[in-house]
Amino acid sequence: MLKPPLILCIIVAIASNIGFAQAAVRVEPPTLQGPRPLTEQTSKAAIRDYVQAWQCFSTAFEQNRSDLLDPAFVGTSRDQLSQTIKQQASLGIRAHYQDRSHDLQIVFYSPDGLSIELIDKVEYDLQILDHDRVKTTQHMIARYFIVLTPAEIRWRVRVFQAVSE
Amino acid sequence: MSLPKFVEAGNAFSIQSAGSGRSTLYVIGPGQVLKRDVQLGQTVFFPAGSLYNAGHYLVVLAGDSSTESEAFDVLPATKPADLSFLARPSRLPVSLHNGITGAVYVFDAYHNLITIPAQVSFELTTPSGTVQKHIVATRDGAAWTVMDSTAQQGMDKFEARIGEILSARVVAQVPGDPCGLKMNATQSGQGLQLKTDPVRDCNGNAVPDGTIVTFTEAYEGGQTTVDVPLKRGIAEVGMASHNGAIISVASGVVLGNQIRWEK
Repeated sequence: MLKPPLILCIIVAIASNIGFAQAAVRVEPPTLQGPRPLTEQTSKAAIRDYVQAWQCFSTAFEQNRSDLLDPAFVGTSRDQLSQTIKQQASLGIRAHYQDRSHDLQIVFYSPDGLSIELIDKVEYDLQILDHDRVKTTQHMIARYFIVLTPAEIRWRVRVFQAVSE
Repeated sequence: MSLPKFVEAGNAFSIQSAGSGRSTLYVIGPGQVLKRDVQLGQTVFFPAGSLYNAGHYLVVLAGDSSTESEAFDVLPATKPADLSFLARPSRLPVSLHNGITGAVYVFDAYHNLITIPAQVSFELTTPSGTVQKHIVATRDGAAWTVMDSTAQQGMDKFEARIGEILSARVVAQVPGDPCGLKMNATQSGQGLQLKTDPVRDCNGNAVPDGTIVTFTEAYEGGQTTVDVPLKRGIAEVGMASHNGAIISVASGVVLGNQIRWEK
């Protein structure tokens, strides 16, 4: 079930009439390091929350609203993304990240159960607008390193970092 | 447009444009956004510190008549500058196999996760100087270890180190359950005085004061139970004397000796 703060990202996404197609999600079997067994329930919750985080990220960057990051991002990643949104806003830029597919694998579950790392091969479209004029739309493929940590009711993204696939 | 395939976080780099006229250069990623007005045909220099958040960036050169795009990466710096060290638990009983766990994530000076393998040294040092050391290579920026708590109570230092970067935690090792719990009974006036030997765990560590010791006296027609906290390592209580009573002592789930009392 979706949590109330997260619904906000999705409602804003729909209201702003941006493309809100569900991305295809493929989950590889975990190649887990760490002594702690990962239950299916935990794994599913982490992946669900991460994929929903992309919705928040996409909407926040499209709207230049860093408050929309709050339900899904925390710590360094939240600060970094928020700073980028500020830069975008001051330059008159908006970036629309539309994820098309995720190919996910959980690679680390810390022994204390307080962090999960996953690697995601993401395909997404990136549209750049400068003062509402579309400058380009590009199809991108990247490999994201993600670290999730548990918050009160969901997993939040603490590290959100990509390299070329 | 000509640009490097990747740049190390924080390093200077340049982008060479082709053609003539004015254009706008965008460097766009979730980590940072840069925008420059450029003269086509010239090289655009980005000094050190311009781009420091690792990630996959799109570079767009947008002129009046044409737009060029290319992607490139900002990679984490190779030199670690910070460790995120999670150590659990902060307090545990002595002699617990695989009782202590540690996990680290390795970051550069800009707090980018360093994903290339690096050697992390985990060290658990007891107050007496005994050291358990594990060297572990990071995978995808993370490394972990498990260690045994030692036989001695006290405050252990648990450190994770990579190069000159060190992160330390304190792990308190407390005595385990009482071991070989033994009491003596003596006549005291009309009553009975029960007193334990000094209560220790199986490694000889004194069980902390305040730990509850339960004395039970079962006699014909009844039973009396008294809970007594340890004081200076000993539990002591006076109880009524019943001929033929069976007296036992316990602490938690640990049973001690049993005495049959004959007046």
